Amino acid sequence: MIELHAVSKIFNQGLPNECRALREVSVRLAGGGTTVFKGPSGSGKTTLLALVGCLARPTSGRITLNGQLLSNLPERFLTEIRRHTFGFVFQQFNLIRGLTVLENVMLPAYPLGRPHPELKKAAGALLERFDLGGKVLNKVEWLSGGEAQRVALARALINDPAVIIADEPTANLDSALSCEVLALLAELATQGRTVLISSHDPLVLEAAFINRVIELRDGRILDASPEGESYAA
Amino acid sequence: MRTYFARQHYLIDYALAALLRRKTRNLGLLLVYILLVFLFASVLLLSQGLRREAAILLQDAPEITVQRLVAGRHDLLPIQDLEILRRIRGVGEVRGRLWGYYYDPVAKANYTVMAAPERNLANDRMLIGAALAGVRQLGVGDVLSLRAADGTPALFKVAEILTSTSELLSADLMLVSEAAFRTLFQLPPDRYTDATLTVRNPREANLIAQKISLALPSSRPLLRSEILRTYHAVFDWREGLTFLCLAPLLLAFLVLAWDKAAGLSPEEKREIGILKAMGWETGDILRMKLWESALLSLTAFLVGYLLAWWQVFHNGGRLFAPVLRGWSVLYPDFRLTAAVGLDQILVLLAVTTLPYMIATLIPGWRASITDPDAAMRG
Repeated sequence: MIELHAVSKIFNQGLPNECRALREVSVRLAGGGTTVFKGPSGSGKTTLLALVGCLARPTSGRITLNGQLLSNLPERFLTEIRRHTFGFVFQQFNLIRGLTVLENVMLPAYPLGRPHPELKKAAGALLERFDLGGKVLNKVEWLSGGEAQRVALARALINDPAVIIADEPTANLDSALSCEVLALLAELATQGRTVLISSHDPLVLEAAFINRVIELRDGRILDASPEGESYAA
Repeated sequence: MRTYFARQHYLIDYALAALLRRKTRNLGLLLVYILLVFLFASVLLLSQGLRREAAILLQDAPEITVQRLVAGRHDLLPIQDLEILRRIRGVGEVRGRLWGYYYDPVAKANYTVMAAPERNLANDRMLIGAALAGVRQLGVGDVLSLRAADGTPALFKVAEILTSTSELLSADLMLVSEAAFRTLFQLPPDRYTDATLTVRNPREANLIAQKISLALPSSRPLLRSEILRTYHAVFDWREGLTFLCLAPLLLAFLVLAWDKAAGLSPEEKREIGILKAMGWETGDILRMKLWESALLSLTAFLVGYLLAWWQVFHNGGRLFAPVLRGWSVLYPDFRLTAAVGLDQILVLLAVTTLPYMIATLIPGWRASITDPDAAMRG
């Protein structure tokens, strides 16, 4: 269970280019199921997911994960939570160029010091599962958008996180590839993981596995479908 | 422990891949870095080699050398002065020495010619240093023709090529009999170049030197320790001068390294943001950056130092030898005996690698304490 209490996020506070990305947002996200945050560009979706995933700290307000307050935790503990609880899939894929597909997938597990053969096996299995078995040694810059997004998904899963955060996962993909990625996200949701997606892509919003849609605009929640209710149903 | 080593292994792997990803920039930096280490190490190795040669040279030297002065200049020592020296209390063995320089117009070099009565050489025999033999292409049994002071030719057959721990000691040396020496330089039989003496108690060397000054007012006693100190002072001064000349290069390198290290590119900042988002701690990023700079700087140090080693001990230190060895006297070439001091390596390592590593760590640390979200956004 993730809870946000009156969370605000201001970028460049006090400067002429100050930007209020989130304003007093409160929301409760139950464990399991898939929630989509929808809204136009600049509505605060990405910032909200970044705060939930401990990628940034709120300017004010509180965020809790299973009752544990995250917003004032020291950096080290925050990293620990991020590493074990969250897996990220970004709009721009954010793969490290120059490294192979396999190395990119193994990357989040490096600080854990898992034995190399074991880690390689786990990464290889994930890539096989996402139909990338033949691309293991390819450099990531040689991949198509759909392949890159699947690599990003495999990387998000290498530490077996409970929550998958996907920021505009279909933004750079055509419809066929978008459906492919959505099918993979649906599979993760059926495994019992919590999937949080930000998107304004109708393909995502209309997907059958979505349980809840929360609409944002100008940093505020406009509308939220009830928890546990399937939006598309 | 296994986890620790596995983690370091992953970090080294990643650091190496990061260096290779920015191949051109890092290769350029590596080359400048190697050049810097090479130049500094060359100066250090050469001056240390020369100091060591000087120490070896003086190791078996007599405690006191006595020279006669006339009008403040070196003059030949009368044979009767040796008897005066022998009578001073505390003085051990006193020996008159015959030595001088012979300029060889063929090799355009000065040779040191010395009488060696202890070798029992025939008057037409000579022992020569290895470098001299090389310059004149002489072997055992070959004949060398010298021109005596009265203009007559003096022929010597090479009886042996000298080998020594210190090449400096024997490189340009010619050993002949006393009679041959006196004939070559037209020296009267009652004169010596100078005298050497041993003292029974080395701690009294200073006191005995004072007694010599009193007994022979026109003489100059030289202590072994003074000669060694003078050598060191000369090499230190020359080393300092050379370092001063190299200082602009060091500064240029520091500016380059700082520019490279301090200004993380947006791509590098983004990469750090991604790694943090993936669960890397600030410490992991710093360790990775440390490995990255250590791999680059230690490679540069190793290659630069080995090149300097080769240059100094196998190529005659041609780059700095004229400055450090002396530029006013012609020497036959000689090869320094390889020697290395751990303290010297550590100082050079610290001076050349630490500033770079710190310069790399600071921007890495600054980027890694930024929220991953902000770092990824640039």
